[in-house]
Amino acid sequence: MSIDTDTTDAPAPGRDDEVVLRAVNIAKTYGVTRALKGVNFDVRRGKVTVLLGENGAGKSTLMKILSGVERPSGGELVLDGEPLVLTSTNDAVDRGISIIHQETNLCPNLSVRDNIFLGRELIGRSGSVDYAREKEITETVMERLEQPIRASTLVQDLRMGQQQVVEIARALAADARILIMDEPTSALSASEVEVLFKVIRELTSHGVAIVYISHHLEEAIEIADHAVVFRDGELVATERAENIDLPWVVRKMVGREADYDFLDDPREYGEVALSIEGVTVAELDTGWVAVNNLSLDVRAGEIVCLYGLMGAGRTELMEALAGRDPISGGRVVLNGKDVAGLNISERIERGLGLVPEDRQRDGLVQMLSVGSNMSLASLLSSVRNSFIARKVEQSRVRQQIEDVRVKTSGPGAPITSLSGGNQQKVVIGKVLMTNPSVLLLDEPTRGIDVGAKGEIFSLLFREAAKGLAVLYVTSEVGEAMTASHRVVVMSKGRIVREFDPRTASRGQIMAASGEATSHDTPRQEKPATDGHRDTSNGAPQ
Amino acid sequence: MATAETSDTRTVSGGSGRSFNLSAVLMEGRALIALIIIVAIFAALSDNYLTTGNLTTITKQVAFNAIVALGMLLVILNGGIDLSVGSTVGLTGAVAGNLFRGLDMPFTQAIMFPKVWVIVLIAVAVGMLVGWLNGLLIARLNLAPFIVTLGMLYVARGLTQVFLNGQNITNELRGQEGLGNTGFFDTFASSPLGLPISAWVMILLAIAFSLVLTRTPFGRWLYASGSNERAAQLSGVPVKRVKTRIYVLSGMCAGLVGVLQVANISSSTADLGQFYELSAIAAVVIGGATLSGGRGTVRGTIIGAFVIGFLANGLVIVGVSPFWQQVITGAVIILAVAVDQIQQMIQEQRSARRAVTNARLADQHRESDSPEESTA
Repeated sequence: MSIDTDTTDAPAPGRDDEVVLRAVNIAKTYGVTRALKGVNFDVRRGKVTVLLGENGAGKSTLMKILSGVERPSGGELVLDGEPLVLTSTNDAVDRGISIIHQETNLCPNLSVRDNIFLGRELIGRSGSVDYAREKEITETVMERLEQPIRASTLVQDLRMGQQQVVEIARALAADARILIMDEPTSALSASEVEVLFKVIRELTSHGVAIVYISHHLEEAIEIADHAVVFRDGELVATERAENIDLPWVVRKMVGREADYDFLDDPREYGEVALSIEGVTVAELDTGWVAVNNLSLDVRAGEIVCLYGLMGAGRTELMEALAGRDPISGGRVVLNGKDVAGLNISERIERGLGLVPEDRQRDGLVQMLSVGSNMSLASLLSSVRNSFIARKVEQSRVRQQIEDVRVKTSGPGAPITSLSGGNQQKVVIGKVLMTNPSVLLLDEPTRGIDVGAKGEIFSLLFREAAKGLAVLYVTSEVGEAMTASHRVVVMSKGRIVREFDPRTASRGQIMAASGEATSHDTPRQEKPATDGHRDTSNGAPQ
Repeated sequence: MATAETSDTRTVSGGSGRSFNLSAVLMEGRALIALIIIVAIFAALSDNYLTTGNLTTITKQVAFNAIVALGMLLVILNGGIDLSVGSTVGLTGAVAGNLFRGLDMPFTQAIMFPKVWVIVLIAVAVGMLVGWLNGLLIARLNLAPFIVTLGMLYVARGLTQVFLNGQNITNELRGQEGLGNTGFFDTFASSPLGLPISAWVMILLAIAFSLVLTRTPFGRWLYASGSNERAAQLSGVPVKRVKTRIYVLSGMCAGLVGVLQVANISSSTADLGQFYELSAIAAVVIGGATLSGGRGTVRGTIIGAFVIGFLANGLVIVGVSPFWQQVITGAVIILAVAVDQIQQMIQEQRSARRAVTNARLADQHRESDSPEESTA
């Protein structure tokens, strides 16, 4: 540990703008998926390099490589002119590269000081931890960051933004010269974002290089010195910040046609199947209002896409609809009947099914077979004389496996033997076996390859044609554009706009979601409408 | 059609979650192999080991542990633990003993002497009541099973001592003709068809539990919520009700053993059932269940109980000192879990490799046949 409290304030030697880290032809393949197809870019001393791109464009893979979590399958990293091979995250930290994740990685029950030195404790002469010196360094770092956070405060007593600052302090205490920030603002309030940006400028003025990844495009452009845009695992543009604006970024990010297109001709939908009337959802422990007085109708046979960024309140809305969390205001009407007071299984019985966001955590029972997972939600309909009639269950499961086109060796195969796309089809098949009239899906295509995505959407459209009302959440604008009857954009717990996917542009949808607007208070000159000024470029085709 | 050709290539009797699976069979086979080895070793060391008399003794002892272990299996399948069963055995034994002394009726001078079958029902019901309290606190108040049942371990043992008031109940158990409460031993210490009654109870319970676990929604729900409670809940599984019921069943098993043990040793004593929870947990774990829930079988648990029983008995017969008996028993338990863990690690590696292969196959499949399928 080489921390010197006397010199942390002084700029480190070296010319600004000098390239400290260079990625040369970095490639990464997972099995057959090529996540990165040979990218080149530079990280400069004292500058903020912003990485932009849609989900799955390769940003997070690159980040994992830079921080030592994964090794590249091709190409090399060059640090200060020397080839760099990272063997672990600790290795990366030792070389001065630290990463701050979207979710903070702190122990809430420990003090700020203890978190900053966790795993790298300073050992004094007596062989015990040198708390005094740890405290001193913590205070120095906090002073440098101009944050009034005390070394002895427990992390659980800090606000989200302050916890982020502790993460940054931890990186600084480890002498980070390159700081990678993954979606650092997604959990922050507007004023906390201000503070964070101040801290970032403070860091760059001392020669720290920042790699900044965000979905909030305007924010990212505001803080950027250099922007790097990824698409489909390739680097498609590198530009200095003064030469870019929002339309340019959107154009570079999108730039391709979708791999599927399900846009139907307009048709008549059925009755309103799901009516969300002024629903508010507040988190019980923090009081944070995730969904704010939101109203939305979904008709039988209609596929509504709820587009929004992470933290827009989409998952909270879905889970409240399914009965997992209570709503604190408004009502949810299913086929004409208020579902208030009904628990999850009663809502399933009345025709409301949810395909949850996190397949592994909430969708699948890993120890059960494909067949048992599929029949889990509708098991009672296979019961004869209080026992499960195996033949009935088997034939229902086999039928469903065929209907949703799961590729498996049979109902008895372990669920873990399936690919992500097929596992997702099992989860969807499980919900469909309960004969729902309204199907909710939270990020149904996350972590699934393009082919399986298409199959999942064609399944949804088949079911919708039979009268199923579908409401799904996505953060991929391409899906919203190509696989829905109506796009509803959600931001900060509210519905901000509605689009017809046949006429809307990607830029419009992204702008409405706040991807292209800043937080509550406008902090910049460029108005949000910039995003769809040149729709001719943002639109697909 | 992509599915049709792949779905029938291997006929798997699926759906149950514990369908044919080579490694699962090996896992249970492991306990069985251990059992055979133990029997072989002790049979070679002592002529008194494989005698009818000794086998009957072993079976009787094993049955007590196995019955408690069956209840424990349900709890462990759910990812919980029930430390209170030993004390519940003691408590129900004490309740049964006390009922033979008669019940003082309030406000009258009369003492009521219930019939034997009523006594047994009340004792078992007390066991279920203890389990229900456990289940209520764990499922509804979200308390940790370890803590709740640890507390109940003390409460039930304390109540046992309160009921017995420092005296064992022995003579009263015979009942008196005039009071109409005789015949306890005729039933509960009998050996129909040469097998001790406890073994019959074990067999019946094993069959019943096995049916419940493999054939009823309750069983499937138990495996599901033990493996992934959140997913089970979102699928509409009544996870709290399932959780409460398994503790009731565990208490019921303990209650049955309480009655059977009192009949067996012809006395209701304050330390009856002490440490039964530990041998029950050991039996379940040796039988291949994981403490984190979701995996385990009735068959494995019964075999596990026999492993412990044959081992303990064999060590006594060949004259190993009691101190070393404990060392060896403990080592066997750890060994069982260690082998289990290693086997699981191997299995995980194998399924990771399979997933990669599958992904590759799926990809080839797509390239070969399906642009039109994905947009159909």
